[in-house]
Amino acid sequence: MSGGTAGAERRRRAAARGQTHLWAVQRVTAMLLGIAVVVHLATILFAVRGGLTAAEILGRTRGNGAWLAFYTVFALAAGLHGAIGLRNIAAETIGLRGRGADLAWLAIGLVTAGFGIRAAYGLFA
Amino acid sequence: MAEPASLKVSVWRGGEDGSFARFEVPARANQTVLDVVTTIQREFDPSLAYRFACRVGMCGSCAMTVNGRARWTCRTHVRKVVGEDGALELRPLANLPVIRDLVADLAPFFDKWQRARGVFQPKDAPDGAVPEDFAVVPPASGARQEADAGIECIGCAVCYASCDVVAWNPDYLGPAALNRAWTLVNDVRDGARQDRLDAVAGDAGCHSCHSTQSCTERCPKNLDPSSAIAGLKRTLFWDTLLGRR
Repeated sequence: MSGGTAGAERRRRAAARGQTHLWAVQRVTAMLLGIAVVVHLATILFAVRGGLTAAEILGRTRGNGAWLAFYTVFALAAGLHGAIGLRNIAAETIGLRGRGADLAWLAIGLVTAGFGIRAAYGLFA
Repeated sequence: MAEPASLKVSVWRGGEDGSFARFEVPARANQTVLDVVTTIQREFDPSLAYRFACRVGMCGSCAMTVNGRARWTCRTHVRKVVGEDGALELRPLANLPVIRDLVADLAPFFDKWQRARGVFQPKDAPDGAVPEDFAVVPPASGARQEADAGIECIGCAVCYASCDVVAWNPDYLGPAALNRAWTLVNDVRDGARQDRLDAVAGDAGCHSCHSTQSCTERCPKNLDPSSAIAGLKRTLFWDTLLGRR
């Protein structure tokens, strides 16, 4: 193998390692979402029994560290899972691939998660 | 099935931008699609290019697209695939460059076996020398059974031509190459496990597979490349999570 192709092969393998990590993150976040969505929906059904008021919600969420931790994990999982899924769809349908695109999708996932975490923190603080 | 008196056969002629030629071929009892192609070449148009060798489902060279679906033509009876009107449409295998008429260029397909490290690398003799002693491989061991499940591939490229992911991503290694890699990952005599797992990881490798299982559905040898690819994903997942790579 010449120096050029060896270098290209090394770069390809480094990229493949990154892609494997993205795949693993998507599978782990899928497992987390499976649990989180059930808890989230069950909580909604439980909370709306006999009506719902803003004060009631805030009474439950303000200062509740466990609640904030749960929704932080939920938002992170949702943001990353969605962005990686969209990345795969974009790669296969419009051929949007490459390191730049991957970093952009990762940023989109983290920003989406950031919005969720900010909303959760707004109900916590 | 229907038994029309003659077959109306549309045959792909030319390269990528070719077109269909139509032939009316007498229907005979028990004829295979390969028999029909041979009849066309011998009696209607000697310039027709197609590929075959063994005629009995051993060599894997006669695969074509028959009525929209990749098949071994030598093992496909006409009566199983023909419509009531006797229509038969023959194209070269999909997802591969067309050389001429019904002949697809399989070079990209076999190049990907190389890229997936489909070559056995003896553990005890990295330089390719014959090992000193025989390896003991219990046939009932889990790893050997995984390897045995995929070892009978004859490289006909029916799975490759049936794979949507290959159509979407020309770099994707495809079911056959990944199946081959999985048999070697499970071969206890092989010494290139890490290197091979690196070669089959990522978007061009097993992680692009959607598990839609066209490969498994259409494999004429009834192999299950889809499960082999799932095995590679599983192995890479735990190796990545546990920091083994």
